[in-house]
Amino acid sequence: MIPAAFEYTRAEDVDHALEALSADPGAKLLAGGHSLLPLMKLRFARPSMLVDIGRLTELSYVERRDDHITIGALTRHHDLANDPVLQRDCPIVADAASTIGDPQVRHVGTIGGSLAHADPASDLPAVMLALEATFVIRSAGGTERLVPAGEFFKGLFTADLEHTEILTQVRVPVLSGGWSFIKFTRRAQDWALVGVAAVAGPQAVSVALANMGQTPIRARAVEARLAAGDAPAIAALQADQDTAPPSDAFGDAGYRRELAKVLVARALTEALG
Amino acid sequence: MTRVAVTVNGEPRDADVEPRTLLVYLIRDDFALTGTNVGCDTSSCGSCTVLLDGESVKSCTLLALQADGRSVTTIEGLADGESLHPLQDAFHRNHGLQCGFCTPGMIMAAVSFLRENPSPTEEDIREGLEGNLCRCTGYENIVRSVADAAGSLRSTP
Repeated sequence: MIPAAFEYTRAEDVDHALEALSADPGAKLLAGGHSLLPLMKLRFARPSMLVDIGRLTELSYVERRDDHITIGALTRHHDLANDPVLQRDCPIVADAASTIGDPQVRHVGTIGGSLAHADPASDLPAVMLALEATFVIRSAGGTERLVPAGEFFKGLFTADLEHTEILTQVRVPVLSGGWSFIKFTRRAQDWALVGVAAVAGPQAVSVALANMGQTPIRARAVEARLAAGDAPAIAALQADQDTAPPSDAFGDAGYRRELAKVLVARALTEALG
Repeated sequence: MTRVAVTVNGEPRDADVEPRTLLVYLIRDDFALTGTNVGCDTSSCGSCTVLLDGESVKSCTLLALQADGRSVTTIEGLADGESLHPLQDAFHRNHGLQCGFCTPGMIMAAVSFLRENPSPTEEDIREGLEGNLCRCTGYENIVRSVADAAGSLRSTP
């Protein structure tokens, strides 16, 4: 399968990429391309122009700041998985990244590409939700706005990103408590049937679900029960509250609802254990 | 058309391509290196695996332009003259293939994997090759071949 024809520009820096986006309403950013190119090959996406930001090495980094870690949007899954700062200070990101796709995919796919793609079945969006991460989004003239992960995912494959904006950085907290990332798959390299990210913070436990609706979803009912003093196994029974899981060839919605309860119970045991 | 220049198996090569040309077709059609196969064409099966700057990638899901100025290694670039690469030799000796369609991708994935993990357990090998599907062997002899090659690679500096 070959994508439909398009023009190609290799961005020299972020401002150049923003200019190229502004110049063509049909343009799309190309990072690793591991979400976009498959869509283009199937003609689900047909951009008139690809703006290749894949060489902007200045957007590939992991840096410890005071109480948080900044991650460049073009940091590859392979680099997240092997980064010593993340492994020490926010291991859920390294752990989740190490399970994305397969080694070849992790050598190319990027954190920013995965988040901007906003696939509710993806691993990192749910992890970012549980971490209450912040996304830095840049537009022309160096203007930046900060968007909490909880407000970023708007719908199926839809993120709070304008056509003339680029997600440049992800900020995640330094963790001091327990965490867990669990996904259930039928086969190696499959998308999660259901995925769970749980993070035990100083005040409260946050839980987020992958592939239980049109966006990654916070399991608020579980969090509320935990805050009210319920045991994790009891709280986990609320895992499918306010979700709308899909039915597909791998499992129907009812199966996913039960699976979410089981996986949340396991994740809480791991995060709080 | 856009000019793309790539170092392929150590040799500088170039071609004029449409931006939509996939790396695997640059390799197969423009450079006539047909050892790299197209299997699923959806980045699932791994038959098209090559090394890009030394790391395994699926060449059906990269544009040729994404490899511009970089180094690509294909299955044709592994042997040193008549002398097989340790992974090729191990697949040969351990019967790590039947029909052979997945084998170039499997071997390229294993080359990258053993660079990252020179002393893998059997489980490590199975996980390290999760991006490559084989419909013949049941994987047993493939895993055996990679374990065997890991030993040879460790003992040769």
